[in-house]
This record gives sequence, C-alpha cells and structure tokens, in this order.
Amino acid sequence: MVAAIVFWGLAVVAVAAGVAVFVVDSMARATYALALSFIAVGALIILLQQSYLGVITILMMVMEMAVMAVYMVMFMGMNPALMPMDMTHGKKTAIGASAGVFVLLASGALLIPWPERRGVPAEDITNALGLEIMGEKMLVMAVVGPVMVATIVSGVVLAAGRTRYDRLGDDLRRRPADDPQPGGVGR
Amino acid sequence: MSLEVVLLVAAALFAVGLYGALSQQVVVMVMMGLELMVNGVLLAAAGFWWFMAPAPSGQVLLLVVLAAMTVEMAMGFAVATLLHRRRQTDMTDMAEDLSR
Repeated sequence: MVAAIVFWGLAVVAVAAGVAVFVVDSMARATYALALSFIAVGALIILLQQSYLGVITILMMVMEMAVMAVYMVMFMGMNPALMPMDMTHGKKTAIGASAGVFVLLASGALLIPWPERRGVPAEDITNALGLEIMGEKMLVMAVVGPVMVATIVSGVVLAAGRTRYDRLGDDLRRRPADDPQPGGVGR
Repeated sequence: MSLEVVLLVAAALFAVGLYGALSQQVVVMVMMGLELMVNGVLLAAAGFWWFMAPAPSGQVLLLVVLAAMTVEMAMGFAVATLLHRRRQTDMTDMAEDLSR
C-alpha cells in the first residue's frame, strides 16, 4: 500500500515536471524541472529495487542539469531565469504526433495480456550486476568504454575553437590563413 | 503497482519528450525533449526487468541506456557549441541545411 502511494506520487511528479519543462517560460526553470523529473524517475527505479542504477541516474542527471545551466548562461547572453521565452514551431503537429504515440504505447501497455510477475531477483542485486558486467556481459562494458572515449574525443574536436586541423603552422604566434575554408596553415 | 502502470508512466514521459523534441526551436530544449524520451525508455526497461525478467543481465541493458543518454547529451552540447561558434545561433531553424 505504502509502495503504491509512493509510486503514484513519484509518477505524478515525474510526468508533471516533464510537462513543466516545455510550459515554464524560462530555460533555467525548464532545466530544474527536467532535473526533478529525472530525480523522480531515479527514485522510481530505486522503488523497483535497482538501487545502484537509480542512484547513478539521479547523480548523473543532476550533474548534467548543472552543466546545462552553466551552458545556458554561457550562450544565451541573458539572465535565463528572468527572460521569458516561447521559441517553438509546428506546435500542433508536435501535439498530434506525441498524443498519437502516447495512445499507441498506452494501448499496447494496457491491451497486451502481460504474464504475472515471474522470476526472483538475486539477493544482492547490485553485487549480481557487478558480477555480470565483470563476467558474462564484459563485452558490453568493453564496448561502452571505447564509445565513451570516442565521445570525449569527438566532443572536444567539435567544440574546440581551434584544433590541430586549424593550427597556424609550427609557429603558434603566426596569424591565421585567410582561406575561404578554415583548416589551412598560417602564412 | 503493476507493469501496465509503469509502462503507462513511461509512455507519458516518452510522449512529452517527443512533443518537446518536435516543437522546440532552441537546440538545448530539443536535447531536453530527447532526454525525457530516454527517461521514459529507462523507466520502461526498469519495469520490464522487475516484472518480467529480474536476472542481472537485464540491468546491463539499463546501464547501456544510461550510457546512450550520456553520449547524446555530450554530443548535443558539442554540436550546439559548434553551431554557436560558426553561426552565432542556438536555434534549429538556423541549421536546417540538410533538410533542403
């Protein structure tokens, strides 16, 4: 009974905060709303006994939202908490598409005769996950690791103002080449 | 609490995220919509794990979804930074070259 009440409370917070992301009139508030939605989903995952994954979801997303807030201050050139905004396009199409997808997914969830709960989780779920990723599923983690490294490298290459491909020759104090396409060496 | 209810909440999160991803103009807001969609996928996967197959390998899927979320966010920030640097904008309408 208590678990059901907590579940419904968290579910309402998760969805309401998700809706608030696109309803509030400032990007800062939208970021906080998204963080709240993630915290609620993380708590729901903890409620489903996956405490490790729930906690890393919360920690990761709160940090990510903090980065997002800094990002907005960097690029928006305004106080995002005070500047109201409504920057949308194709609202009716978006509402129609999302309502259609919701009806489709919800009817699938409600109409499919799901079997009764089956199987019993391991006694120590986090320990079992650790053994799994260090054992049978090590290939998954071995792939995720290089993907993360590739993300770091490509993120830096995309975001950096001047990379090795835009260097100005051996002498870094040289003025940049005035080419129509960037990337040439200096003159 | 049942699988149907968990999937219903996940569907609602996914639909709200889809609305954001389709309707927003600012790149960061589009990313927020995508994050909400992955949030729904994460909850659905957690529900499936708990109700259908509580074996440890199911949790590995959740870890992969979390990793995908991180990659999406990092690349999104990098692309938005590049867009801002090259075109002084953060709007998707200013970066529709490939749609022509």
